[in-house]
Amino acid sequence: MNRRKAEEYFFRVLMFISSTIIIMVLLHIIYSILKAGLPHLNWDMISKVPEGGYYFGKGGGILNAIVGSLYVAIGATSLAFAIGLPVALFMNIHLTKWKKVVNGIRFLMDLLCGIPSIVYGAFGFTLMIFFGLRTSLLAGIITVTVFIVPIMIRAIDEVLMTIPRGLFESALSLGSTKSEISYRVFFKQSIAGIITALLLSFGRAIGDAASVLLTTGYTDYIPTSLSQPTATLPLAIFFQLSSPILEVRQRAYASAVILIAIILFISLLARILTYSYKKNKINY
Amino acid sequence: MSQTEISIKNLNLSFEKQQILKNINVDIPRHKITVIMGPSGCGKTTLMRCMNRLTDLNTQAKVTGNIVIGGRDILHTNDDITEIRKMMGLLAQRPYPLPMNIFNNVAYGLRISGRKKKRFLEKRVEHYLRQVNLWEEVKDRLKDPAAALSIGQQQRLCLARGLAVDPRIILADEPTSALDPISSQLIEEKFAELKSSYTIVMVTHILRQARRIADHVVFMYMGEVIEQGPAEEFFENPKMEMTKSYLKGMFY
Repeated sequence: MNRRKAEEYFFRVLMFISSTIIIMVLLHIIYSILKAGLPHLNWDMISKVPEGGYYFGKGGGILNAIVGSLYVAIGATSLAFAIGLPVALFMNIHLTKWKKVVNGIRFLMDLLCGIPSIVYGAFGFTLMIFFGLRTSLLAGIITVTVFIVPIMIRAIDEVLMTIPRGLFESALSLGSTKSEISYRVFFKQSIAGIITALLLSFGRAIGDAASVLLTTGYTDYIPTSLSQPTATLPLAIFFQLSSPILEVRQRAYASAVILIAIILFISLLARILTYSYKKNKINY
Repeated sequence: MSQTEISIKNLNLSFEKQQILKNINVDIPRHKITVIMGPSGCGKTTLMRCMNRLTDLNTQAKVTGNIVIGGRDILHTNDDITEIRKMMGLLAQRPYPLPMNIFNNVAYGLRISGRKKKRFLEKRVEHYLRQVNLWEEVKDRLKDPAAALSIGQQQRLCLARGLAVDPRIILADEPTSALDPISSQLIEEKFAELKSSYTIVMVTHILRQARRIADHVVFMYMGEVIEQGPAEEFFENPKMEMTKSYLKGMFY
C-alpha cells in the first residue's frame, strides 16, 4: 500500500470514528432523557398547571411552563425576525459598496453570538431596574430577542451571501429598486434558508434558561398579560431537578421530553414548509 | 453612417490606482449590432458595465467622462437610475433567472413598472416568449420554476425578460459563452432579427462569432480602444498593426 492510499484510509477511518462518536453521544443523551422521562410523562403533565403540593410530588403539571416558554420563544423569534431580516437584507443589498462596514458588522454579530446568555440576562435585568419594571413576560421576550437577534442576522446573512452577484445585477438591469430586489428576489431565493434561521433562533430561544432566569420570574399560573411573570420550561427543568424529592426530579426529565418534543415538532413543521417554498429556488 | 445611439466621450475608469479604461471614445450606431472585442482583461466588460451604471456598485471605481444616450449624459444625471437601467436590457455571461416561475420571470419587469392586470400580463408574456422562440417549448408549463429549463432555454428566458421592460438597447456580455452550439446559434439568430428595433451591444472574445453577426466593431486592448469601425472594413481592411495580428490569431 503506498503512502497516498494509506493517508486516504487513515482519514476515512478517522471521519468514521468521529461521526460514530458524535451520533452515539447524541443518541445516548436522547435515550437517557427518554428513559428517565417517558415513564413519568402523563396527560396531567401537559394539561394542568401545578396544583397545591406539586413541588412535593403531588398532582398537577407544567402547562404554565409550556405555555410560558411558547409565549417567550414565539414572541422573541417574531421580534428578532422583524429586526433581523431587514438588517440582513440591508447588509447584502444596500451596503454592498461598503465591504469593510459589512465585515465590521459581521464581526460584531459573531462576537455577540459568542456572549453567554447569562450576560444578556444580567443586561436585561439592569434595564428592568432602570425602567422600574418587574419580572415579566415582556421583559423576558425583550431579553431573549436581544440574545437571538445576532444569531438570526448572521444565519440569514450567510444565506444571502450565497446569492450570486449576477442575479443582483440582472435584477438591477430590469429597473428594480433595491427594495424590490429585497422582497421580490432575494427573499424568494433564500426563503428555505430563512426558515432554517427562524428555526435555529427559535431553538435557542426556547431552550435557554439563563436569559430568562432573571427576567421572566417564575409562577404557577399561565400569564394573561405581558406585564405578568411567567414560567418557562428550561427553568421548570432546572428547579425540579434541584429538588430533594424523587418524584419531582423525575418530572424534570418528563419536562425535558416535552421540551425536546416541541423542538422536534417545530423542526418538522419548518421542513414541510421549506419543501413547498424551495421549488422556485435557483441552484447556481 | 447611421444615427448614433450611444456616444461615449473621454471615458476613464480607474479602480484604486489601476486604470482600467483609458480615454475611451466610441460611437455606437442605432439599430445595429456593435461587437466589442479584445483579449481577456482588456476592459470590454467594464466598458459595458459603465453603460448601465453597474459600476456604481463599486465605491473604489472612479469614472470620469460622458456617456450620452438620447441626448442626456447618463453618467452625470440626477434622473432616476432605475429609469436609465430600464433603457438597457442585460444578457449576462450565464443566465440568472429570477427565483420564480417561468411566467413571473417575464412578468417581473412589467409588474414592477405598475402593469398588473392579469389579461395584459398574459398577452405580453406570450408575446415576448414567442419573440425569443421559447413559447412553444414552455406554453404548457408556465407555472414551472425557471430552474427547470435548460441553460440555453434559461438564457432565452432572460432575453425575453429583458425585452419585456421595453428597452432601446440590449447589452450582452458574452451571452453565449455558457451555451451549447445550438443554443448559441439561436441567440445569434435572435440578435440578427432584433437589431431592426433595438441597438445591440455585445461583448465577445469569439472572433468567428464577431465575424458572423457584427455590423460595427470596437477592438480594445489593455483598456484602450485600438480600432473601431464598420465590420466589413474592420475585418477586410484593418488599419492598425495590432488589429491585424489579433485577427490572424496571434494573441488572445
